[in-house]
Amino acid sequence: MPPQRRSFLRLAWVGLGAAALGEAAWIVASFLRPRKEVPKDAASLVVAGPTEAFAPGSVTAFPAGKFYLVRLADGGFLALHRQCTHLGCSVPWDEASGRFACPCHASAFDLRGEVLAPPAPRPLDLFAVRVENGIVKVDVSAPVRRTSFDASQVTRG
Amino acid sequence: MADVGQGRSEPESGATPSRGLRARLEHLLDVPATDAERARTVVGTFVLHLRPVRVPEATIRFTHTFGLGGASLVLLSILALTGSLLMLGYTPVPGDAYASIERLQGEVVFGSFVRAVHHWSANLLVLVAGIHMLRVFFTGGFLDGRELNWVVGIILFAAIAASAFTGYLLPWDQLAYWAVTIVTGMAAYVPVAGPALASLLRGGEEIGPATLGTYFALHTQWLPVLLFAGAGFHFWRVRKAGGVIVPPDAVRDEKGKPAQALFLPHLLWRETAVALVLLAAVSLFSAVVRAPLGPAANPGLSLNPAKAPWYFLGFQELLVHLHPLFAVVVVPLLGATALVALPYLGFPKGEPRGAWFLSETGRRTALLAALAALVATPVLVLADAAILGVSGPPSGGAAILTRGVLPTAALLAACAASFRIVRSRFGASRLEATQALFVFLAVAFAVLTATGIWFRGAGMRLVWPWNA
Repeated sequence: MPPQRRSFLRLAWVGLGAAALGEAAWIVASFLRPRKEVPKDAASLVVAGPTEAFAPGSVTAFPAGKFYLVRLADGGFLALHRQCTHLGCSVPWDEASGRFACPCHASAFDLRGEVLAPPAPRPLDLFAVRVENGIVKVDVSAPVRRTSFDASQVTRG
Repeated sequence: MADVGQGRSEPESGATPSRGLRARLEHLLDVPATDAERARTVVGTFVLHLRPVRVPEATIRFTHTFGLGGASLVLLSILALTGSLLMLGYTPVPGDAYASIERLQGEVVFGSFVRAVHHWSANLLVLVAGIHMLRVFFTGGFLDGRELNWVVGIILFAAIAASAFTGYLLPWDQLAYWAVTIVTGMAAYVPVAGPALASLLRGGEEIGPATLGTYFALHTQWLPVLLFAGAGFHFWRVRKAGGVIVPPDAVRDEKGKPAQALFLPHLLWRETAVALVLLAAVSLFSAVVRAPLGPAANPGLSLNPAKAPWYFLGFQELLVHLHPLFAVVVVPLLGATALVALPYLGFPKGEPRGAWFLSETGRRTALLAALAALVATPVLVLADAAILGVSGPPSGGAAILTRGVLPTAALLAACAASFRIVRSRFGASRLEATQALFVFLAVAFAVLTATGIWFRGAGMRLVWPWNA
């Protein structure tokens, strides 16, 4: 066989083999890909309650939605994901010291979710909050990352 | 292998086909006279098909290898057997997983014992395979045609760690849930791909049904197949390299060939003894100490402290001191690269190999390196704890420099300096000086791991083990 054809065929075989391997890897990866979160319907929308049920400066836990509904002193709402941004532990609210204190590695966050004590690298993630007809609703389909607190994150009733 | 299992010569040439056939049949029928003899022939030829007929006599000495590779295979087999049993009674669904383990332990005959054997064998395998790797390195058994097998061994070790880790989640108790949360949370610190990687490892935002299902499949199907296939290849490569490395004090003939011993019975007896002693030890220990099972997993209630499985605690300890980028990505990547690159650093041939720590110089420098690491690591950990107080390291932009680049550069500079000192002061060869560095880093990592296991209490603060 002329060497040119031989090298072409060899290249074709190697190419086909590489394509087959790539395809297999792609199939495995798509099987492993995280299952889609609950679609954006009623299930991902938690109805927290009427605005007046939450006193300014209070924190209310919603274990089923995995978030804390915070009402800031000025009346604005924030929904904080309860997962610590360090290694993913669940952060409890410590009423006595007025901070979220992670039991795992001693990270602490203030009422707005901002880091008071490392090792946490960034504030607690947020869920979108809506106030409709005086009812607070939280969309828990996807937590939103942020690097710091700013006023635009707060929803007002 | 031509001299085994062939009791009779070929039929003479010129014989009629029927006589030849008869001779062959007789050969099959009457060579092993009794059942015992027949069985011995079958077992003998099968064993010798897997193993060589002769091995260098000096390599079968127990203290040359401590049978660590074989012990790993025995543990792997114990794990496959006990795992197959456990699979029958286990349900990989969050609502039922913990209950099925309780049922296994409470109602099934020997259920608790089998789970204990599986649990302790898995932990022991991580340890034994790790020490096996050290043995191979310290006797220079990763060079001269064994380079590829060293890399295969590293892949096998990674697969063993992955097996142990995926199995850690399955009991679905608090310890399992939060340990896996911690390790996958560590993966989230990888730059750019981190969140996607963590969500791939978790099968979603948090650990849930998808995680448990995936880990169960990896733990019971993918990783065991990879491990057994890989181990087969690993053992075959050892045989192709002429068996394990021959110690320098081996008796040699005039051509320099080391004196041989028959595999059957000399090595087989020793291997069987190691396997049986190991089996007895694991069974006895498991009969006395049962596998731990904490309260059922509660995603809303974190453990304090929440720790990774013990074999990852060295990295979690690094996370207490270094910027996450360095603790989770840079330092482990540097370590893994160095480990894989070791056989390819061009160490000159013809230097003494095969003895523990290579030579008298090698022994002395390795001992000094181990002592240095035993002193330096706790001092650094304590000093850093004093600097940090109760909180973890800051992770802002400036921390990349102060808690990432600078400490890593200081460590590398210290390594380079001590390499030169060991070379000039002790007259060590390059391989011996590399060995001293390896000992220093391995002992330092072991100390960090021990700190994470025993000396970290609530909030990851330093405590005495008896106060934790």
